[in-house]
Parts: sequence; C-alpha cells; structure tokens
Amino acid sequence: MKHLAVLAALLAPLPALADIDPADWDAVTAQAEGQTVYWNAWGGSTTTNDFIAWVGSRVAEDYGVTLEHVKLTDTADAVTRVLSEKQAGQDDGGAIDMIWINGANFAAMKEADLLFGPYAEQLPNWALVDFENKSVQTDFTVPVDGFESPWAMAQVVFVHDTARMPDRLGSMEALLDWAQANPGRFSYPQPPDFLGSTFLKQVLIDILPDPSVLADPATDENYDAVTEPLWAYLDALTPHLWREGRAYPATGTAMFPLIADGEIDLSISFSPGAASTAIANNELPDTVRTFVLDKGTIGNASFVAIPYNSSAKAGAMVVANFLMSPEAQARAQDPAILGYGTVLAMDKLADDDRALFDALDLGIATLTPAELGTVQAEPHPSWMTRISDDWVARYGVAQ
Amino acid sequence: MSRRRLLPLLPALTLLALLGPVAAGLWGTVLPAFGHLPAAGLTGPSLDPFRDLFGWAGLPRAVMLSVGTGVLATVISLSIVMLVTAGWSGTRAFRALERLLSPLLAVPHAAAAFGLAFLIAPSGWLARLASPGLTGWDQPPDLLIVQDSWGLAMTAGLIVKEVPFLLLITLAALGQADAQRSVRVAQALGYGRVTGWLKTVFPRVYAQIRPPVYVVLAYAMSVVDVAVILGPNTPPSLSVQIVKWMSHPDLSFRLEAAAGALLQLGLVIGALAVWRLGEMTVAALGRRWISSGARGKADPAVAGVALLAGSVSALAVFLGLVVMAIWSFAGFWGFPDALPDEMTLRNWARFGPGTLKALGETALIAVTVALVALVLTIGCLEAEYRHNIRVSQRAVWLLYLPLLIPQTAFLPGLQTLMLNLGADVGRVPVMLAHLVFVLPYVFLSLADPFRAWDARMGVIAAALRASPDRILWRVRLPMLLRPILTALAVGLAVSVGQYLATLLIGGGRVATLTTEAVALASGADRRAIGVYGLMQTGAALVPFALALLIPALVWRNRKGLRHA
Repeated sequence: MKHLAVLAALLAPLPALADIDPADWDAVTAQAEGQTVYWNAWGGSTTTNDFIAWVGSRVAEDYGVTLEHVKLTDTADAVTRVLSEKQAGQDDGGAIDMIWINGANFAAMKEADLLFGPYAEQLPNWALVDFENKSVQTDFTVPVDGFESPWAMAQVVFVHDTARMPDRLGSMEALLDWAQANPGRFSYPQPPDFLGSTFLKQVLIDILPDPSVLADPATDENYDAVTEPLWAYLDALTPHLWREGRAYPATGTAMFPLIADGEIDLSISFSPGAASTAIANNELPDTVRTFVLDKGTIGNASFVAIPYNSSAKAGAMVVANFLMSPEAQARAQDPAILGYGTVLAMDKLADDDRALFDALDLGIATLTPAELGTVQAEPHPSWMTRISDDWVARYGVAQ
Repeated sequence: MSRRRLLPLLPALTLLALLGPVAAGLWGTVLPAFGHLPAAGLTGPSLDPFRDLFGWAGLPRAVMLSVGTGVLATVISLSIVMLVTAGWSGTRAFRALERLLSPLLAVPHAAAAFGLAFLIAPSGWLARLASPGLTGWDQPPDLLIVQDSWGLAMTAGLIVKEVPFLLLITLAALGQADAQRSVRVAQALGYGRVTGWLKTVFPRVYAQIRPPVYVVLAYAMSVVDVAVILGPNTPPSLSVQIVKWMSHPDLSFRLEAAAGALLQLGLVIGALAVWRLGEMTVAALGRRWISSGARGKADPAVAGVALLAGSVSALAVFLGLVVMAIWSFAGFWGFPDALPDEMTLRNWARFGPGTLKALGETALIAVTVALVALVLTIGCLEAEYRHNIRVSQRAVWLLYLPLLIPQTAFLPGLQTLMLNLGADVGRVPVMLAHLVFVLPYVFLSLADPFRAWDARMGVIAAALRASPDRILWRVRLPMLLRPILTALAVGLAVSVGQYLATLLIGGGRVATLTTEAVALASGADRRAIGVYGLMQTGAALVPFALALLIPALVWRNRKGLRHA
C-alpha cells in the first residue's frame, strides 16, 4: 500500500497539484497578499506604461500585490525566457509571472505547455465579460480554453491627417491607388512587428475574393497560391512608401510622430482610441481622424497569460481579475488614458458601473462601435508567422 | 585576515574580475556556435549554426555595415582629433574646444544618438529652424537620413562621441611627448604648424594612444545602442542582428546568434590586423613624407577644416541635448515650427516618476560597481608601489583586453552560460558584467596621478613613524582626492551608459535609465525620450561636477592641493 501511495505521488503532475485552485477565490486573494508579480508587457507605448503603473498602485492598495512592469521590446522575449527556463529544468520560481500576449506567442506557449491554467473563466469578473459577442474564447482561431484572460479589444483603424488627406479610403485597392498618386506619404511598421504583420494580413483579407481559407492553418500546398496576390500588391506598393520602403517605422507608436511632423499622411493603428489619446497627449494634431475599410477590418483581443512556473500565480490572477473589473476597463477605454476597447458586456454591469462607461467622452478621432463596422476574424497564426518571415526575406534585407 | 595578506591578492582579484567574465562569455559563445546548447536539448558539435548564419540573406550587408561604420568612425574621429591637436594645441581656440568637449565624454552614447536623431532627421530641429524660410519645405522632405542604408547617421553618432574620448586621451599623451618644444623646433625650420606636428609629435603620441584607438575601433564595429537608434533596419548591423537572434522565441536561434558572435569577433580581430598593417603603411609613407621635406603649404586650410569638424561634432551633441530638453517640455510641436506651440510640465509629470525609479536602480549599480573598481584599482596601485612591481606595456594591454573583445561576442555567451548553469539573472550578475567595462577606465584614469604622487611625502611620513597603511590613508589618498573622485566619476559614467550588459545579463528585470531610454526608441515618443535622455545624461554628468566641486570645498584652505 505504502509503495503504491509513493508511486501515485510520483506519477501525479506535481506542479499542478501544488498550484492554487483558481475557483477558490478567497484562497487566491489570501495567497496573493505580499506577492510580487512581474508582468512582462511591451514597453514601447508610454500610455500603456502609465496604465500598467496605475494598475500596480490599485492592486497594491486593494490586495497587497506588488506589480512590476518588465518592459519588453518584443513579447517573444518573454516566451523565450519561459521556454529556456523549462529547458533548464526551472519548473518553479520562474522570472515571469504574467505576459501580455495573444496570437502566435499564445499558440506557441499553449502548445509547449508553458502556461498555467485553465483559470480565466474561474475569475470573478469573468461573469461580466461579453464572451457571447466578442472573440475572447478564441485567439487567432486557437481555442483559449481558459489559459489566458482578456483585458482589451483591438481593431485595425486607419489614421489620417484630414488637414492633408481629407477623404477616407474604402479598400486596400483604393489605398494602393492613393499611395501611387501620393508617393512617400504612407508607411507601416516593419514586420515582424505585430502591427506591421497585421497590415499584411489586412491586405490579404481585403484583396482575397474568399478569405475563409485563412481560418485554417497554412499548408505548403495552398500557401504560395493564397499569398501570391499579397506579394504582387506589395511589389506595387513598396516603391511608393515613405522612404521608398528602404526604412520602416519600428512600431505602431513610431508612426504618430511621423504624422505629427507631416512626414506621412496615413498610417494604421490597432487601437481605435489611440489617435484620440495621442491628440490629448500632444502627440498628434487635432485634425487627425480614423476610418475603417468598407468590408471591415481585423479585430482581436489582448490577453494576459500566466507561465506554468510563475512564482506568484495567485498574485497574477488577482491582477488578471482586476484588469477585467469595470473600474480598470473604463479607465482603459478612456481616450485620455489608453483608448482600448472594453471586453465587458454593458448589459451585465451594475448601473453605477455602466455609468462609468457612459460618462466617457470617446474623443474626436474615435469611431463609435457602429462606425467600426464589421470585425474580421484573425487568420490562423501560421499565416502570420509565414507571411512575416517571407516579408523579411523579400523586403527586410538587402534592399 | 590581515590587510597585509589581502593586498597582494588584489591584483589577482582584479585580473579575475576583468578577464573572468570575458573568458567565460567566450566559452559560452563557442559551445552553441558549434551546435552545443543543452538547455535547448541540442548537443554538438555541428557546423549547422554557421551554415544557417551564412544562409541568412542579410549577412553581407550586415557585415559591411559593421565593418564600414566602425572603420569610418574610427578614421574620421582620429583624423579630427589629430589635426585639431596639430593645428591648434596651445591656442585659445583649442582650450575652448577642449573645455567644450570634456563634459561630452560623460554623455551616454544613447543620449547623444537620440539628440543627433532629433537634430538631423528630415523633420529634425535643423530642418525646422531652416523651414520654410530657407528651404521652402512645408512638410519634411522624404529623405532617408536617420537609419540610412549606408549607416552614415550611425557613423556620425559614433564620431561625436569618440572625438571627445580620443581628444582627452591625446591630451594626456601630449604631456609625455615633449610636443611644444618639438613643434617649436620644426616651426623654426620653416615647417607649418600642422605639418611640423605631424612629422615630429604624431609618431610619439600615436604610439601612446594606440590601445584606446583600438578600443574605439572594436567598440564602433560592435555597438548596439547607437545602431538601434541611428542605424538601418533592412537589415541591421551584425551586432544588432545577434541581439535580435538572442531574443527569438525559438531557442535554436541562439546557435545562430553564437555563430554570429564568433563572426563578429573574427571581424574585429581582422579589422585590428588590417589596421595594424595600415599603421605600418602610414609609417612607411610618413617616413618618405618626412624626408621629402615638404613644409606644408595647405596647413592653415587643413587646420581650419579640422577645427570646424571638431566644433561641429561638439555642437551636434550640445544642440542634441538642447532639443531633447525642448522635447521634454513640448506641447504639440508640428513641422516646420522652430519651437513647440506651448511649453508644459506635463511630460515630466508623466515620465518623471518612472525615471526616478530607473535612476535608483542605475545609481545603485553604478555606485557599487564604481566603488568596487576604485578599491581594486587603489589596491593594485598600492601593491605595485609597496612591492616595487614594474608594470610592463604588456600588462597595460591586459587592461585593454576586455574593451577590445566585442561586447556582442561574449555577453550573449555569458547569458547562455548562466542559463545552462541555472544561475539567476538580476542585479548582482549585471554588476559583475559592468565591472568588466568600468574597471579598465577607472584604472586608466587613476594610474597616472597615483604613480605621479611625490613619493618623498611617503618618506617624510615614514620618518615620522607612520605605517604604510597610515601613509596610504592619511597622506596619499587625501592628497589624491581629486583624481580619485574623477576616477570614480568616470566609473559612474561608464556604468550609467552600459546598455547591452544590462539588457542581456539582467534578463530584462534590471531597468536602468539606459535600457529604459533605448527601449523607448522603438516607440519613438520623443517627449518620453527627452525626459529619459536628460535624466540619463544628468546621471552621468553630475558626478563629474561633484568631482570638481568637492576637492575645491574640502581643500579651500589648502592652496597647494587645489590643483593636485
């Protein structure tokens, strides 16, 4: 009997047993108190950094959790770190407690069993999330299965300075025509930057007669044929880009100064409210507006995930839950702060919580939910990976 | 353990601190370069990493960029410094330039690079000042100036920082080259100022500044932070690409990074060898030039151009800092306005608290590292004094060795090694990595004044029955207060400016002003960059100001020590 018990103990997935149960929220908050959570999140946007600092002060106040923002230039760095820790056998006490993540990075971590969970749907504030209408249970077509919790909705919008470019464009074909007529006035961030890769996908979705093929993983058989129109489009567009495509802005936020300086007239953003926020911060002129394409634009959710070897899982869950609270969500949606779309369902909120959202002035450059139109689904992550690798080979070297 | 037994250990400890991390890092690079990375489940040996490296389409351009920018920056900054010194040393213009350039030594590379970018970009301050009046531009021209494919902006960014460094090194060497008398004799023989200096003084000065020139070449070829800010991206220089591979989510890219690091090392060694050949060629040509007896008709023109180049280089950094300061207070600032619509404290209110936190981390690391370096240095020098050790030229090269090995060759290896050992990243490893770069500069800065101390003071104190320790603490160190504080300030400035060592060894958890500022480069929020860049510059400059101020206060009633 004794031997059997030892054997059972050895066979059981020990780290999982040692982990805290997300459903026992009192135990979670009790354990979270005094923990330090290292949140690895992209640090290139000062507004996001400010927001994260505010989250830190709030969870310290309410739960005694210390939040440290580890500023990444690329989320992939955090994935590397967890992967190397796993390969080095460091199955607990890892350096990273929480990652701002989605898409290919999430798919990679989930597949390699690098994530803690499922936990997302056990968090108390999950009850307020609009999972019926918002794509928070799949991430780039990959099922989330509770291994990451949503905290912001994003959708591609085009940002233009009406002082120099008064009219919106309806399609990617129209964008190409406009760029050819106005050389040097448009650019997109350099892939594999997230937003740059998104621009490539947006082109593909818009010019393909039937983009549904993108919902399934890319295969060696169909990849070349499906992406052929994209490369033809880019070959036509690149000579008319800013700096003739010999240099690209590093990230999405790097394009705002270009518009403010009048170096370009048109750019894209993944955050419908970012332009209004930038106007409030003096980073864009107040003549800037946004638009979406006639057929709609790509949208997705931003999530946070907890690595399997985090040393502060309870603290990380407390932060993840706080991020989904009406207080944090309303603040994130305020264009003076962040301008991110909320993941919550207005009809699930209590009256005074809903009042927080109703009181928001979305800003002069922000489209209403109705104006944002159709949200197109993200293609399977395999497309993004292959397309951005190909882009680097075609346009990213030896130009 | 008595101090008497500790002292002889210090030189050995110093060598270990200098060379240990470098050797370990190179070892940690060689293994994965040949396919051995147990942390990723890969065991070598194999040549695949090199095959992948040479299969990368961007390699030829990346290599060309590293070599081209490095060599060009070194040649140009060395030429400027030599010609300015030749044409102007001893004049009022030279002293003005010297005074202008000295504080620039402390300005971190990243801050200088940001300032330059704010200045020379098509929408930069220079274009704004000249538009639309002089240029007719209502919107910035579509010119690829910053991040140009040839790396010229990046070369300029390196030049403006290397000119002050080489100038101060040259000034130190001039004293021992008997420059003034040589030039006077040459001028009496009818030689022009520049030609006379080049023919008589330059060979002696160059022999002394050769190690720092090599350091500049090795550094410029493998720099990362300046390349990230000013260099091209399609593709980037080899060093930047190595760092990118190091952070790829797929761990196997570390093999390619390691292979690239070895290539980078090979490139630097090759460039140094070619440079050595170039020295010999210049020497041979120079001898022929000397015996030709040419007196130098073009001297005034050459001297004028050199002074102009030196002043432009100094002004570029100053104006860069000024425009950074303006951005840090700017409200909306559109093109082509010369100044923002309004000045506001909003940016400082937003980013100030963050910079203070980073400043704390920066200061903790810098102060610890600089103090450790200072103790080791004083220990070595005192051991040398008490035991009458003669320091050979070869030992001096040992000091320069860690500065000659490209950072991108051993820091990635050090990180991989720590990963394989399961060692935790964090502040202490970062400090050890900083020490490798700080120690040589502190040593070089303090060695000459320490050795130049009048030993008769020691004899007098010993005659008064003071022990060697007492002489050190009560006589020698107080008299050397000023050079000691200067060495400390040098150490602080070097530590404050470290980017790659902090980034790679700190694993992203150690956020200093420099890593935070360079991380902002990708977001291009110029107001935030302005705030962080100014704080970073201040963190490096304030210690120098204190190093001047404190001795003046402490020795206000000791006339003979004011200039010690």
